[in-house]
Amino acid sequence: MATWTWFHKLSSPPHFYRIAGKMIPWYAIPAALLIVAGIYGGLVAAPADYQQGEAFRIIYVHAPSAWLSLMCYTTMAVAAAVGLIWRIKLAHALAAATAPIGASFALLCLVTGSLWGRPMWGTWWVWDGRLTSQLILFFLYLGYMALRSAYDDLQRADRASAVLALVGVVNVPIIHFSVYWWNSLHQGSTVIRKDGPAMPPSMLVPLLMCFAGFTLLYAALACVRVRAEVLNRERNATWLKELSPS
Amino acid sequence: MTPRRKRLFAILGILAGVGIATAVALKAFDNNLQYFYDPSEVASGKAPSDKAIRVGGMVTKGSVARAPGSLEISFVITDFAKNVTVKYNGVLPDLFREGQGIIAHGQLKDGVFVADEVLAKHDEKYMPPEVAKSLKKQAPAPAPEGRT
Repeated sequence: MATWTWFHKLSSPPHFYRIAGKMIPWYAIPAALLIVAGIYGGLVAAPADYQQGEAFRIIYVHAPSAWLSLMCYTTMAVAAAVGLIWRIKLAHALAAATAPIGASFALLCLVTGSLWGRPMWGTWWVWDGRLTSQLILFFLYLGYMALRSAYDDLQRADRASAVLALVGVVNVPIIHFSVYWWNSLHQGSTVIRKDGPAMPPSMLVPLLMCFAGFTLLYAALACVRVRAEVLNRERNATWLKELSPS
Repeated sequence: MTPRRKRLFAILGILAGVGIATAVALKAFDNNLQYFYDPSEVASGKAPSDKAIRVGGMVTKGSVARAPGSLEISFVITDFAKNVTVKYNGVLPDLFREGQGIIAHGQLKDGVFVADEVLAKHDEKYMPPEVAKSLKKQAPAPAPEGRT
């Protein structure tokens, strides 16, 4: 199984700690550039919408946040499954490190959506399929973090929270398809559409930059947070003592 | 079977079980998960007339009639198969206009839907005003939008 050696090597904490540390600027710098360019393109350069006027610009934060909240949960669930099946502690560390990032973006998505809903729909909140399932996603993140902190023993926390992460993953496709399965107040997807994006390039390009920038931001944050997780888990390991002379 | 493979199948089993259970539950509650009824469902009697419901559709062109000196308004919403007449007395959202998708909350009374709340349903299409203007010039009828 020579093809798997890179995987096993990556799952060794000292190796990952070093690689993740080196990767941070490679994610963080393009993330910063893309987000600054995307936000400028979206909030300043792009034309106003023919119906929504200036208020449509909230999409440049709202849609990438929504995407990240779903991507983070999927990452968490896959990492949890890898951790359970192969007993890889680093996978559990990745899941644990991802949860607060995902929760933050889920909340950002809910708040920006609500701010947009008031002038456009005429209401801050409704209990339609999309909004409700996204709120459940936010609660799943909170539940995952609460469950982890309820255990003193790390290994038990890892296993219990991994099962919750896996069970909750059914909600991810529900969120995406909710607007197609049921009548809802929330509109369908603008970018991922059968007939291609329903947006001219002047609006779409900054949006795609924000999507890419937010995703890279997640990668940078995940590297920082997994390193912190590794430090905490391996605090008595000899490789760490060798790393720092103090 | 190695323990690792056992764990793999256990997790696939959990996912399949939870997935099927969720699908069955969602199917059972399908009616309650619909945020609104469309005019066809109202016309065929699928929508209850004895309690408050939501009806959604597109505001028909030329159907908006306002009572002078008050907020009273009446208009027809359509799903391009059936129509429902809506009466409303209150503040409308900014996006309300003819040809716009809306959702009204209220109750059917003698075939007329008396609404106590009207929300605008935005579609997923975005464009600059100039593009919308030139599109309008080319084709006066906008693409039908309603139930997605």
